[in-house]
Amino acid sequence: MSSQQDKSVMQPAGGKTADKVFRGVAYACGILILVVLAAVFLFLFFRAWPLIGGDQKANSDTISSFTGGATNNFWGYVLPLLFGTVLVSILALLIAFFISIGIALFISHYAPKNIATALSYVVDLLAAIPSVIYGLWGGLILVPAIYPFWNWVSTYLGWIPLFAGPAANPQRTVGTVAVVLAVMILPIITSMSRDIFLQTPTLQQEAAYGLGATKWEMIKLAVIPFGKSGIVSASMLALGRALGETMAVLMILSPGLTYSIKLLQASQNQTIAANIAAQYPEANDLGVSALIGTGLILFLITFVVNFAARKITEKASV
Amino acid sequence: MGQRIDVNHENIYYGDFLAVEDVNINIEANKVTAFIGPSGCGKSTVLRTLDRMHELIPGAHVEGEVLLEGKNLYDKDVDPVSVRRDVGMVFQRPNPFPTMSIRENVLAGVRLNNKHISKSDADDLVEWALRGANLWNEVKDRLDNPGIGLSGGQQQRLCIARAVAVHPQVVLMDEPCSALDPISTLAVEDLINELKSDYTIVIVTHNMQQAARIADYTAFFNLKAVGQPGHLEYFADTTTMFNNPQNAEAERYISGRFG
Amino acid sequence: MAEAAKKKNLDGAPVIDFDKFRPTRSSENARKRKDYFMTGLIGLSFVIACIPLISVLWTTLVNGFKRLNLNFLSYNMTGVVGGNPTPSGGYGGVLHAIIGTLEITGGAMLISIPIGIMCAVYLVEYAHGGKLAMTISLLVDVMSGIPSIVAGLFAFSMFTIVFGPGTINGFEGSVALSLLMLPTVVKSCEEMLKIVPNDLREASLALGVTKQRTITKIVLRTALPGIVSGCILAIARVIGETAPLLMTAGYIASTNVNLFSGQMTTLPVYVYQEYSKLNANCPVNADASCVPTIPMERSWAAALVLIIIVLLLNLIGRVVAKVFAVKTER
Repeated sequence: MSSQQDKSVMQPAGGKTADKVFRGVAYACGILILVVLAAVFLFLFFRAWPLIGGDQKANSDTISSFTGGATNNFWGYVLPLLFGTVLVSILALLIAFFISIGIALFISHYAPKNIATALSYVVDLLAAIPSVIYGLWGGLILVPAIYPFWNWVSTYLGWIPLFAGPAANPQRTVGTVAVVLAVMILPIITSMSRDIFLQTPTLQQEAAYGLGATKWEMIKLAVIPFGKSGIVSASMLALGRALGETMAVLMILSPGLTYSIKLLQASQNQTIAANIAAQYPEANDLGVSALIGTGLILFLITFVVNFAARKITEKASV
Repeated sequence: MGQRIDVNHENIYYGDFLAVEDVNINIEANKVTAFIGPSGCGKSTVLRTLDRMHELIPGAHVEGEVLLEGKNLYDKDVDPVSVRRDVGMVFQRPNPFPTMSIRENVLAGVRLNNKHISKSDADDLVEWALRGANLWNEVKDRLDNPGIGLSGGQQQRLCIARAVAVHPQVVLMDEPCSALDPISTLAVEDLINELKSDYTIVIVTHNMQQAARIADYTAFFNLKAVGQPGHLEYFADTTTMFNNPQNAEAERYISGRFG
Repeated sequence: MAEAAKKKNLDGAPVIDFDKFRPTRSSENARKRKDYFMTGLIGLSFVIACIPLISVLWTTLVNGFKRLNLNFLSYNMTGVVGGNPTPSGGYGGVLHAIIGTLEITGGAMLISIPIGIMCAVYLVEYAHGGKLAMTISLLVDVMSGIPSIVAGLFAFSMFTIVFGPGTINGFEGSVALSLLMLPTVVKSCEEMLKIVPNDLREASLALGVTKQRTITKIVLRTALPGIVSGCILAIARVIGETAPLLMTAGYIASTNVNLFSGQMTTLPVYVYQEYSKLNANCPVNADASCVPTIPMERSWAAALVLIIIVLLLNLIGRVVAKVFAVKTER
C-alpha cells in the first residue's frame, strides 16, 4: 500500500479531514436505513399504543363505532380486514401470474428482437402509471364494462361458491378489484421473470433441442427450472405490492367486513390499506390509533413477504 | 445401426452473411468422421446443420440438401424436432440439466415421447445407456443424485448417455473434449470408438491428434480470409489425411504451419 | 430378479427393445398440438396485457382532453360553486395541485437523493460486502416493498408525536414520499457505482488523491448519468402516490405555497377527491353552462396531466441514461 504512504506525504491536512468527514457521512447514511426502518416500526407502535395500554372501554366504543356494533374487540376488527386483504391479493396474483409468465416467455423466447424490445417498454409503461389512475379507470370504465362477464360467470359457474350469484351491479366487488390489482402487479412479475429467462444458459436450451424437444418442451426442460426461484421471488414481491395497494381498492370496492368468499357480490370484504384511507378522515384520536394498529399489522406482513422474497433471490444467486 | 449422411451443395447463412459455401460431403454409416480446420472456418456450423440446430439462431438458414439415408432433412414436410431425435448431439461443454438426477437426465429425451414408461423399462434403459457411455459402474449407486455433481468427464459421458438413450442413428459431437482433462478425454475417446458399431459419428475437434486417433475419415475446412465464407477444402480417409494429404493447404495445416 | 437376469446379454447389460420407446404418430401429433397450443397461449397472454394498457391510456386521453385547457391549468378550486362556471369562464383547475405536487416531490427529493447516494457510496465504496452492509442491502430491498399507506401513517405518527396532534403540512408529505423514494434511489445508485471500472479508482488513488476526492470527482462523476436517470425514475414513481398524502398533506381548494404550514393539494389527491364527489349540484333552473358531471371531467383532466408528467419523467430518465452514459471500455 505504498499509495497510502504517498498520500499522507502529499496531501495537506485538510484533505484528510474531508476524507474522514465524508467517510463518516457515508457510514451514517448507511446506518440511517436501519434507523429509519426501526423508526417506522416504533412510531407506528407508539401511536397505536393507546389500543393496548389505554382505556379499554373507550377502545371498545371506538371499534364498535367503526364496525357498526359488529364487534368491539381489535382482533375482531382486524381479522376480517386481513382476510379481505389476503383474499384480494392472492386472487390478483393468481390472475397475473400465468399471464405475466406468458408475456415474459413471449418477450424472451418467442418475439423477434425488435418487437421484444418494444414490448419491454410497454411493460415498463404499465408499471409507471400511478395507482390513482388505475383506480379511476377501474371505477369508471372497468366496473360497468366487466358486469356482463361476471354476470355470465355467476349464471353458469354460480355453483362454485366463489362465483355465487347474483352478480352485483355495479360490480364494485372483490372480483373486479382483483382484476385491477392483477394489471398493476403484472409488470413486476413480467420484468423480473423476463430478466431471468433471458439468462438461461444457451447450452441448456441446446441440450433440450438436441434431444428432439419442441419449443415448449425446451422451455419446460431448460427455461422454467432455471428461472423457478426467480419466478417465486417475483411473485412474492408482487404479492407484497398487492397487499399494500390502497387507491385502486378504495376507489372501486364497496366494502364489507365479513369472511365471505363471494367474489361477485358487493359489500363482502375490505382491505387494511383501503380501510385506513376510508376511515381516517372521520376518525377521532383513538380511532386513528386503531387504524394505525391495523397499519402496523399490514407493515409486518408485507415486511415478512418481502423479506422472504429477497432471501429466495439471494439464495438463488449464490 | 447408423445411417449415412450426404450433403450436396450446402450454403449456410447467418442472416445475409454467407458463413459456409458449397459443402459436398459423404459421411459413411458406422464410421467416425472428424471435422478439423482453423477457428472460424465453419466446421461447427456445418455440424449444426446436420440436425437442424443451426436454424435456432434468428435469421440463420440453409440452402442445398442434407440427405439422411437418402431423405432430405430440409424438405418442407420434415419436422426439425424429429430430425433432432434421429440425430443426437453432444456439446462443447457438458450440459446435464442441473435440476435433474442422473437417472432423469438419461431419461429426459425418452420422456418427451412416452410420458408413462414403466419403472422396469426405465431402469433397463438407464442401465443400458449408462453402460453404453461407460459410466454405469461409476454411478450405479447414486442414480438419484443430481447430474451436476459429477466430474466434468463424467458429466460429458452422462450427456452422451442422454443422447444415445433416444436411440438416434447419428451422433454429432461438437468438440466434446475441449473442456475436459486428458484422462477424461481418453475415456470419451474410448467410448467414441465403441459407439461407432451402433451409430454414425461426426465429431468436430480442434485437436488434430484426436482426429488421427479416433476418426476413420477426416474433413478439412478452411477459409480464404477473415470475413470470407468457409468451405470444405479436402476430405479423405484419416490415414491419407495425416500421412499423405493430396492438398497443399491441408498439408500446411496438419504440419502446423498455420491455424 | 430371474426375469431381469434373462433379459441381460453376456456383459450384463440389459437388452432394450427400442420399439417400445418409439414415438407413435398420435404421440407426435399430441406433442405438436401442445406446442402450438402453448405458443398460442403465450401470444394470447401478451394480447391480454395490452388491453388494459390501451384502455387506460385511451380513456384517460379522450376523457381528459375535454377539460384540459389553459384555464384549467392556471386556476385553483377557490370560488367553484357546484357545477357553475367561475368568473374566469372555466370550471376550476389544478394550479394549486401542480404547485403542491412540485413542492412536495421537491421536498422528498431533497431528503432522499443525498441520503440515498451517500448510502450507496457506503455500500459500494466503504463496506466491501461486510455483514452490516449485507443487512443494509437486504433491508433496502425489503424497504422498497413498504406499502405507501404505511409510509403515510409513519410520517403522520412522527409529526403528531414530535410536533403535536393535528399537524398537517406539505413537508409531512415529503417525508412520507422520501421513505418510498429512498430504496429506489439507493438501489439504482448502487448499480451505477458498481459498474464504474475499478481501474479508475485505482488510478486515482495511485496518484495520491484522497478517497473522498476519488469518489466525488471520479466515481460519482462517471456514474452521474446513471444516477440522474435513476433519480428521475424514482421521482416518477412517487409523484403519482396518493394514499400517503391523503393523511399527511391533506386537501384544500386554494393555492398554498408554504411547504411547512397548512394543507397542500397534489395532483393524485386532486384526482381522487374529484372522483369521490361524484356529481356537482346544479340549481333546478340552471342553464346549460352548469355542468353536473364536472367533477369527473376535472378528475380525468387532472389524471391526464398526471400521466403526461409521469411519462415525460420516464422518457427523460431513459434518454439521460442513454445519451449521457460515459463510454467506458469494458
